[in-house]
Amino acid sequence: MDISNYIYLSAILFTIGAIGVIVRRNAIVVFMCVELMLNAANLAFVTFARINGNIDGQIASFFTMVVAACEVVVGLAIIVTMYRSRRSASVDDASLLKR
Amino acid sequence: MFTSPHLNYGLLAPILIILAGALVGVGVEAFVRKTLRATVQLWVALATVLVAVVDLFIVRNQRSTTIAIDSVTFDGATVFMQGTILVLAFFALLLISDRGSFVAQASAIPGSQDEVSADLEGKSQTEVFPLTLFAISGMMLFPAATDLITLFVALEILSLPLYLMAGLSRRRRLLSQEAALKYFLLGAYSSAFFLFGGAFLYGYSGSLSLNGIAAAVAASAGNDIFLLLGIIFLMVGLLFKIGAAPFHSWTPDVYQGAPTPITGFMAACTKVAAVGAMARIFYVALSADLVQWRPIITVISIITMLLGAIAAMTTRDVKRTLAFSSIAHAGFLLIGIVALNQSGLKATLFYLVAYGFATLGAFSVVTLVRDSAGEVTDMNRWVGLGKKSPLIAGAFCLFLLSFGGIPLTSGFIAKFSIFTAAYEGGNTTIVVFGVLTSAIALFFYLRVIVLLFFTEPKSDAVSVSIPSPKVSFVLAASAIVTIVLGVYPSILLNTAQSFATFLR
Repeated sequence: MDISNYIYLSAILFTIGAIGVIVRRNAIVVFMCVELMLNAANLAFVTFARINGNIDGQIASFFTMVVAACEVVVGLAIIVTMYRSRRSASVDDASLLKR
Repeated sequence: MFTSPHLNYGLLAPILIILAGALVGVGVEAFVRKTLRATVQLWVALATVLVAVVDLFIVRNQRSTTIAIDSVTFDGATVFMQGTILVLAFFALLLISDRGSFVAQASAIPGSQDEVSADLEGKSQTEVFPLTLFAISGMMLFPAATDLITLFVALEILSLPLYLMAGLSRRRRLLSQEAALKYFLLGAYSSAFFLFGGAFLYGYSGSLSLNGIAAAVAASAGNDIFLLLGIIFLMVGLLFKIGAAPFHSWTPDVYQGAPTPITGFMAACTKVAAVGAMARIFYVALSADLVQWRPIITVISIITMLLGAIAAMTTRDVKRTLAFSSIAHAGFLLIGIVALNQSGLKATLFYLVAYGFATLGAFSVVTLVRDSAGEVTDMNRWVGLGKKSPLIAGAFCLFLLSFGGIPLTSGFIAKFSIFTAAYEGGNTTIVVFGVLTSAIALFFYLRVIVLLFFTEPKSDAVSVSIPSPKVSFVLAASAIVTIVLGVYPSILLNTAQSFATFLR
C-alpha cells in the first residue's frame, strides 16, 4: 500500500479534530478533539519517520504522548473545577468575560 | 551499542537550578507548617531565581550549540533572553507574593461553605510559587531550544502551569475559572497546530533540528507543499502564544480573568520566551525561505498592530485595555522578525526588556487600585485618580507613555530601533504602518491620562491602597528602568548588540 495514504489519513484526522474544537459545545468533547489532533500529528511523525528512513519521528511521537498525558491532567482539573461551580461543562455557558 | 549523551551541565545549570527550586517548592508544600509556608515558599523562589541569575551571569560569555546533544543552544540571544526572563520573573514573584490575590482553596466551590471556612482558617494556595518556577524553566528553555521536540516540550512546560495559575484568583472566581478554561482549550488547540506543523517540517527535511531543517530549506530538498504547510501550522502555534491577530482572541479574556500578578507575569515573560523562540525558528531554520513567510508575517504584523490599537479604545476595563496594548506590541515585535537582520534581533531584545518592565509596572498599579470588594478595573471608576494619588497615577502614566513610544521613555527607543532595523532590511511598508499605528495608539493612551489627571473624580471613586514594600519596590524598579532606558538607552543597546546572535 502507498505509504502516503497515512499522511492523508493524518491530515483528515487533524481536520476532524480542528473542526470539532470549533463546533462542539461540551468542554470534554472539545478537549477530546484536541487529543485527536495531537494523535494525528503523531501519525504524521511516524509515517514521515518511515518515509525518511530515520527514527527521529518515532521518538517525537513518544514525547507527544507524554505531553498529551500531562495536558489531560491539567485540562481535566480545570474542566472539573468549572463543572463543579457551574453544573455545566458547556463552553457556551462560560461567557462572563465580555467587558 | 548504546552511548550515553553528553550533557554540558555548566551551561544547562540556569534552567536546572530553576527546576530544582521548583521541586524544593513542592517539598515545602508537603513538609512545612501551614503558617510558615507562604514565607518559606517566597524565599525559596526568590533565592532560586537569584542563584540562576548569578549562574547565568558567570557563564554568560560561553557559547555552545551542543549543550544537550544538539537540542539546546547557548548563544548570545539565549543568554540575553534567559536573563530578561529571570529578572522579570523575580519582580513578578514579588507581586505574586503580595497579599490576597490568590484563592484560599482552589477546589472549593465559589460561594460555598467550604470556601468561607477555608478563608477563615487562613489557608492559602502557596502552590503558585513552584508552579511559577516550573513555568519559568519552560520559558528559559523555549528560546534556547533548537529542535522541534524540545521546542514543543518547552512550550508545554511553560503553558501548563500558566493555565492553572490563571484560574486561582481570589475575587471573581467564576471569571477566573472561565479564563483558565479558555486559556487551556485554546492553548492546547494551538499547540496541536504547532506539533502538526513540526511533523510536516520533519517530513520535508527528514530532521527535527533547526539546523537540519535550514540545510534542507537551503538545498530545497523535499516536497515544497510540506514545507509550506509546516511553516504555516508552526506559525499558528507561535502567533497564538505571542497573542498576534487573528489568534489573539484569548488575550483580553485571560488577562482580565487571571489574578493580576499572574497576568503581569505572563504578559511580560511569556512574550519574551515566545518571541525568542519564534525569532530563532525564523532566523535559523527558515531564513532561506523568506519569500514564502515574510509576506504572511508582514500582513499579520500590520493587522495585529492596527487591531490592538483600535480595540484598546473600545473597552472600558483597564486589564482588557492593557491586553489589547500587549496585542499591539506583539505586532511591533513581529517587525523585528520580519527585519531578519542582526539589528532586527538587537531591537527585538531591547524591545522585550522595555515592554516587559513597563507591563509589570502597569499591572502592579492595577493591583493597588481597590475598593472594599477588591481590585477595581473599570476605567470609569479610575477617573480623577491623579488628584488623589498623584504618585501612583503618575507611574501608570509613565508606563502608558512608554507603551505609546513617547521620547525619554524606553518605549520610544524600542520602537525607534525596531523601525530602523526594518527600514535597513528594506521593509518600508511595515515601517509606515508601524508609525501610523503608534500614532493611533498614542491617542488612546493620552485619553487615559486625561481621564486620570484632568477629570473631576466621581462619588464612587476608588481608593489606592498603600502599596506594601514589595509592590513599591516593583513599581519603583519598573519606573526607573523605563526612564533610564529612555534617557541612556546605550547601556542596554550595547549589551543587546553584543548578545544579538544566533549560533547555527
